[in-house]
Amino acid sequence: MAGFDKVVSSYEEAMAGLEDNMTVIAGGFGLCGIPENLIAEIKRKGTKGLTLVSNNCGVDDFGLGVLLPDRQIKKIIASYVGENAEFERQMMSGELEVELTPQGTLAEKMRAGGAGIPAFYTATGYGTPVAEGKEEREFDGRHYILEPAITGDFAIVKAWKADRYGNLVFRKTARNFNPMAATAGKITVVEVEEIVEPGELDPDQIHTPGIYVNRLIQGSFEKRIEQRTVREK
Amino acid sequence: MALSREQLAQRVAQELQDGYYVNLGIGIPTLVANYVPKGMEVMLQSENGLLGMGEFPTEAELDADLINAGKQTVTMATGASIFDSAESFAMIRGGHVDLTVLGAFEVDVNGNIASYMIPGKLIKGMGGAMDLVAGADNIIVTMTHASKHGVSKLLSNCTLPLTGKGCIKKVLTDLAFIEIKEGKFHLLERAPGVSVEEIAKLTEGELVIPDNVPEMQF
Repeated sequence: MAGFDKVVSSYEEAMAGLEDNMTVIAGGFGLCGIPENLIAEIKRKGTKGLTLVSNNCGVDDFGLGVLLPDRQIKKIIASYVGENAEFERQMMSGELEVELTPQGTLAEKMRAGGAGIPAFYTATGYGTPVAEGKEEREFDGRHYILEPAITGDFAIVKAWKADRYGNLVFRKTARNFNPMAATAGKITVVEVEEIVEPGELDPDQIHTPGIYVNRLIQGSFEKRIEQRTVREK
Repeated sequence: MALSREQLAQRVAQELQDGYYVNLGIGIPTLVANYVPKGMEVMLQSENGLLGMGEFPTEAELDADLINAGKQTVTMATGASIFDSAESFAMIRGGHVDLTVLGAFEVDVNGNIASYMIPGKLIKGMGGAMDLVAGADNIIVTMTHASKHGVSKLLSNCTLPLTGKGCIKKVLTDLAFIEIKEGKFHLLERAPGVSVEEIAKLTEGELVIPDNVPEMQF
């Protein structure tokens, strides 16, 4: 690596420095736009005691679900989970700690974390179990709760295209949490389908500027579909 | 007769207006998309980051990068836009969505809603539901009026953990269309062939019944 060139040559190099008990923020919604090869590398490394921040936790044999059998996840902060049997078993037995967070609050926690905002007030979750133990405050007669931001030791992100400087373009709804995740990691690792030379991406069309990206790798993707729904004709 | 799922969707669709941005929850709400009146333009918001959701794709159009909030593969309507999750919930929380339709386990006379968690059972999470109910002014909850065993889901106080507090004003059940105001349920319409007495019997929270309760028209 030299200058602004973020490209690394192996997944091992991409996830170097990830240690037990770290916090990892992951992009993706369901199985859409997940950094599937970076997750596979975490499985291969066998890193344990991780706190995962992700909207979901994959399915039994794909996505973040692959980190469950070897008990690599200590805690997950997510909005919707339980699409897999092993997750359910670990949650019910208390082996896996789950902090359910409203989806918009989760996105904003990442965004705030990456933007240097330590916490924010939101009406979401007021008067619900989510508000327990949190500061409440009234603005113009409406009730809000204080939600702390989230940052991670690592952020793992999937984008569609990047230039070597780490400027990112996402594709369709595979964007989801990825741009926020990218901003909130001390070390942000991005895998993409295609890397081009600086200057080849139109600056007006870049979704995430390269300043947020530390390491970049080109991979090949299975892109599994969770709910395959089609119409006739 | 209690309304079918399709009739529930049809009745909700009557609340649509031309130019509405609408978020439809999973289940019955999703069916509303099938009953948008002809000549009316409505844009569907999917909270995973799509405004202008189209129909399901053909085999040829199938794209793993294009799904809805229920993780189903979809297409984009003409004029659609794509954005990240923070932007999506800025729209929702900021009150920019004109109509939100979602399901529930229970609602009560104070506009409280419980829809995401039954203690002791597997807890899957609230997804975007807490943000949707906190952010939208115009929400329609679709649900069955009572359980299979005849236990009312329209209560004086929700018994399950809340998804949102004081945020529901309209409920469409398989028996009735109800408005919530001033700490009471107000009966607006009844399902065809369903009597006011039957609705009253299955409504645990205080129900205000006007002299004339019209049947829903389809």
